[in-house]
Amino acid sequence: MERIPILRMGDLLLVTIQVDMHDQLALALQDDLTEKIRATSARGVLIDISALDIVDSFIGRMIATISALSRIMDATTVVVGMQPAVAITLVELGLNLTGVRTALNVERGMALLQRTDDES
Amino acid sequence: MAALQQRTTDLIRAHEQQLLTGWVEGLSQAGLLQDNRVTRREVETQVQDFWRLFLAAMGNDINNLQAASWRDIRHFLEDFSRDRVLRGFSSSETATFLFSLKRPLFELVQQHFADSPKELGEQMWTMSELLDQLGLHTVAAFQKTREDVIQRQQEEMLELSTPVVKLWEGVLALPMIGTLDSQRTQVVMESLLQRIVDTGSEIAIIDITGVPTVDTLVAQHLLKTVTAIRLMGADAIISGVRPQIAQTIVHLGLDLQGIVTKANLADALALALKRTGLAVVQAR
Repeated sequence: MERIPILRMGDLLLVTIQVDMHDQLALALQDDLTEKIRATSARGVLIDISALDIVDSFIGRMIATISALSRIMDATTVVVGMQPAVAITLVELGLNLTGVRTALNVERGMALLQRTDDES
Repeated sequence: MAALQQRTTDLIRAHEQQLLTGWVEGLSQAGLLQDNRVTRREVETQVQDFWRLFLAAMGNDINNLQAASWRDIRHFLEDFSRDRVLRGFSSSETATFLFSLKRPLFELVQQHFADSPKELGEQMWTMSELLDQLGLHTVAAFQKTREDVIQRQQEEMLELSTPVVKLWEGVLALPMIGTLDSQRTQVVMESLLQRIVDTGSEIAIIDITGVPTVDTLVAQHLLKTVTAIRLMGADAIISGVRPQIAQTIVHLGLDLQGIVTKANLADALALALKRTGLAVVQAR
């Protein structure tokens, strides 16, 4: 079964979604990611969705769930590189993703994580 | 099949001059010749052109104006209507051009068919129907041209009213002008989000100084735009909130929490610069 790779960079985890997300894949990602956070005690998670151009309500909710999950496990999640069409779709679906941090690209996302790490 | 009789068409051909004079006279009585929008010479040329096409086509079946035999005259009327629209004529003025031909035609037929009332009635009816059909076609073409003009203007307005400007490195501004409806919000949102991606800007300022009124729907559209900008990873600031609009928002009980608002664009820019770690200082 195909899986979404989770890369470790120092105390950060980088998840790059490059294939069309389907529900099974999203659920597997949740399991893998939480497991990985536990194993590496990562401080932050970057989810790069710049290659994702189609979303539905399930994927939208999954993003929110992953964010909430990792927050509980003391890792800050930043969603980076959301496409305009995806942002519009999520808003029209009524998914505001309150509490989820966002950044324009991976670089800025890392800077954001660094900043929050310094503050705490 | 209804068509003009051979006798009638012969009659029309024979009295061409009389009819044309009567027509131009009718136009002049309707006040269509003393008009600074179109010269007398132009109207006369149009009369001549129409007449030439009319003579060629008048013997054909009048119930089927879409037939090939009427094609030239249809095209002439369409061009004529378009020309009249662009010169600012009303639809009735445009139709009167054609209807002024009725009187001289009817008079002519009346004179020559006096001996047989049945034929007279029949020919009058056919003639009237023909001119009505042509008139309707003219008015339809007139309306279509008008609608095209309106649609083009609407599209132009939509494009004109959504410029995204770069205020500073990493700071975009969107001055909104006019009422916000769903369609415009969509266009605005798309162009702004696309520019955010293209320029990698972290702050977008939406200036609503030019938005005349804010109601619940407009506020909802604003909220959507701000949320979409946040999802992309940028920050939004709404500026240009006029006192009346602030009052309306509060009276309507709209919740703009979580949105940074500023009274004018300068304040918003100052905040944006501060967030990007820049400061404006006096040179001397």
